[in-house]
Amino acid sequence: MSTPSRTPTPNPSSEQPRGNPDVRLSVEQASYVYAPNPSQAPLFTLEALSFQAKPGEIVAILGPNASGKSTLLKLISGALAPLSGRVFLNGFPTHTLPPIIRAQHIALVQQESRLLFPSRVWEFVLQGRHAHGRGLRFETEDDVTIAKNALAQVGALELADRWMDKISGGEKQRVILARALSQQPLLLLLDEPTLHLDIGAQVDLLESLRRLAAENKYTVVVVTHELNLTGEYADQVVLLQKGKCLRVGPPATVFQKDLLEHVFQAPLSVEMTSLGRPRVILFDK
Amino acid sequence: MRPLTLGRLLLRCGILALILFVVVVIALKLGAVQVSLYGLGRDLIRVLLHQSSAISTDYGMIVVDIRLPRILLAVVVGASLSVAGTSFQALLRNPLADPYVLGISSGAAVGSIVALMVENQLAISPEFAGLITPFGAFLGAAVTIAAVYFLGRREGQIDSTTLLLGGIITASFLSAIIMFLMSTLAGGNLRGASYWMMGSLSSLPPRSLLYFLGIGFLVAAGAIYTTASDLNLLLAGEKEAMHLGVDVPRVQIVVYLAASILTGLAVSVSGAIGYVGLLVPHAMRMIFGSDHRMLLPASALGGAIALVIADTLARTVVAPSELPVGAVTALVGAPFFIYLLRKRLA
Repeated sequence: MSTPSRTPTPNPSSEQPRGNPDVRLSVEQASYVYAPNPSQAPLFTLEALSFQAKPGEIVAILGPNASGKSTLLKLISGALAPLSGRVFLNGFPTHTLPPIIRAQHIALVQQESRLLFPSRVWEFVLQGRHAHGRGLRFETEDDVTIAKNALAQVGALELADRWMDKISGGEKQRVILARALSQQPLLLLLDEPTLHLDIGAQVDLLESLRRLAAENKYTVVVVTHELNLTGEYADQVVLLQKGKCLRVGPPATVFQKDLLEHVFQAPLSVEMTSLGRPRVILFDK
Repeated sequence: MRPLTLGRLLLRCGILALILFVVVVIALKLGAVQVSLYGLGRDLIRVLLHQSSAISTDYGMIVVDIRLPRILLAVVVGASLSVAGTSFQALLRNPLADPYVLGISSGAAVGSIVALMVENQLAISPEFAGLITPFGAFLGAAVTIAAVYFLGRREGQIDSTTLLLGGIITASFLSAIIMFLMSTLAGGNLRGASYWMMGSLSSLPPRSLLYFLGIGFLVAAGAIYTTASDLNLLLAGEKEAMHLGVDVPRVQIVVYLAASILTGLAVSVSGAIGYVGLLVPHAMRMIFGSDHRMLLPASALGGAIALVIADTLARTVVAPSELPVGAVTALVGAPFFIYLLRKRLA
């Protein structure tokens, strides 16, 4: 794939061209506008916002529906180019990286993965190794080991030989996470990962995310509207409402009664647990 | 966990190639004139050694000059249509996609007919004339697949039902154009409407075109094969493939152009033979799974085997008369299409 004469491809893991080396993800005044065409009024605007994240940190993008959470995630993943500002991964703008380099460093876990033809769980997880292969990409022993480890890390190794369309929703969610882990990313992005999970599975997932972030030094960005899971597990919260970023900071500073009531349009109260984590209690309207 | 290895890939392809060889030998033997295996082997070796003149018997000439080219044509056309079908199924994310069902073959047929008309009008030297028809067929296929693709898009996404309906309507529209061209401009070397709409391997193209066909197949199928592992990911959708590291627009353009070339080449020499591109990829997927690194070569070999068998049936079951080979493939393929459709709806 790589020819010696070509200018070296930017590689976010090995180079540090600019900025603070402690910062892995840096969103700098990034904004985006959805408009059917330039002459018409925009359908949705994400106003410029900034935050930074270090290796091992969990960032929650929190907000009600249509607040711009998914748009922000797309900007971070490099799938969308920001209208203004930049999103940097180790100093490289994410949207200018070629897809294969991007996939070596950024993994995205979406809510659902639709399959046209049935495949085995292990085949699905090995797809995460695609960006690390060459040519026809026959998987090596290393790839198989990495895929097995990824399945083991999410507690799904025993599913390896099952068919993807014959496992439960919660199991599927873990397998999709395992595929992202087998990409060995620097940045792990999750779009509403708890959507189809019951409470027990939600806690399991976030526990494992916290453990994985600490062990593998992933920077994790989770899009969610789960207040209490965010309060319990996030290191930083980016609070969005109708395309505006209202506050960025640790849960204890973002979780203010008046602010959350205003954003989520529901009466609530905020308590602090003994560990200094905020807990939200919702009341009837 | 047993990921595909090069060794296993080659072993399976070797077995399929062996089956193809046996089928070809049987097809060479079958026909109005019976040939012994010994005579067959002796004559084939003489052809390979460029000693065709040493073949004295009439029987030998029948096998070498009539049956062998026709069978080789079936091999290349069957392989082309199957690889094109596999590619369209991945590209359009639709298990029912097939060059014939989507009207792409009909588009290639219209392209061929127009090219033949142009060829008749202009006095083109025979060396170039042979290449105009496949080129016209490629253009016809490429334009049709683009049209069907845009017909099948709703709100920026391919809708598989709309795509199929769009393809079927396009096919019927193009068949009407074929009928129109045939009834107003018939004559010369245009062949008949049933040739273009049903397909047949009975009229052999000139030898130079056969070589061109073989080389074209290798180049186009080879280009598609370089994207084999990307196609595996593309099945999950464009966005997901992009996030896993696939350069989606590049893969789409390569596969689109190469699959149009394969369809165009096949149709320009054999008309619109249906359902090979649907049946064979599905059968191969059932046996070998849906990894395109295995599926593409298996489809090529399987398509060759299937079309040699179909064409042998077409020329022997109603002997001394002959069926269009497209009728044989449609007899098997159409019920299979309905079975797949029912299974999807269930």
